[in-house]
Amino acid sequence: MYTVLLFIILGIFTGFQFRNQKITFVNKVITVLIWLLLFLLGTEVGLNDQVVTNFHVLGFEAFLIALFATFGSVIGAWLLWRKVK
Amino acid sequence: MKASLIILSFFAVGLLLGICRIFPVQWLEFEFSFYVLCALMFSVGFSIGHQPQTVKQFKNIPIRIVFLPLTTIVGTLAGAFVVVFLTNHSASDVLAVASGMGYYSLSSILITQYKGIELGTIALLANIFREVLALLLAPFLVKYFGKLAPIAAGGATTMDTTFPGIVRYSGKEFSIVSIYHGFITDLSVPFLVTLSCSLL
Repeated sequence: MYTVLLFIILGIFTGFQFRNQKITFVNKVITVLIWLLLFLLGTEVGLNDQVVTNFHVLGFEAFLIALFATFGSVIGAWLLWRKVK
Repeated sequence: MKASLIILSFFAVGLLLGICRIFPVQWLEFEFSFYVLCALMFSVGFSIGHQPQTVKQFKNIPIRIVFLPLTTIVGTLAGAFVVVFLTNHSASDVLAVASGMGYYSLSSILITQYKGIELGTIALLANIFREVLALLLAPFLVKYFGKLAPIAAGGATTMDTTFPGIVRYSGKEFSIVSIYHGFITDLSVPFLVTLSCSLL
């Protein structure tokens, strides 16, 4: 699990070392890797009958989490806004 | 918007190929996606470490507003925690999904890796919903909860997909705040997701 975090930290240090050089291709690399991974995620979901048949249930739970998470963050911002205003 | 649609069409094509069994089930035993994920994390880290100019702009942000990413993270996790009581999911599951902060591509991939495809799918959908909610609700949020609210709702997306809407409804003077908020929240996603997944 922490291998993944190790890679991000390694990336931050490497990126910082090259901070004075103009490197624009990294964002393209990120985009392509995300395409590839989302494609792989799609195949994995598609191959899993349990996930496919329960898609509506998963969708509803996802909506609940999104709604409460968004609302919670909005309340946080509202409390801060009242202090700032 | 266009970028999101391209990403989602890659998912959709994979989904169809999977459902039609064009890919064999053995495909899953191959750990290819883990290596791609490590490459992605390295690149994400690289792009964070490589932008000191962006960070310099943040000096002009008023001191109290510096805390906005923190209120977003705490608010998101506290809000999502309510869902633990409404479903059969553990706190670890729900908090991991909410920790995606709207960054659906990265969070769904990470969560699939850590917790399996079912929760990964929930993470994908929940974080897409969050982005859509932030886009749709922006004018309403400004009206009732102040100009910082659409930024908080956008989570990690406030420096890219939800940025134009925020500038429109909260005002141009909030563009640096929006980028700052997206930058910090975005950075927190891999750490918060990993931390939440390792909760019992």
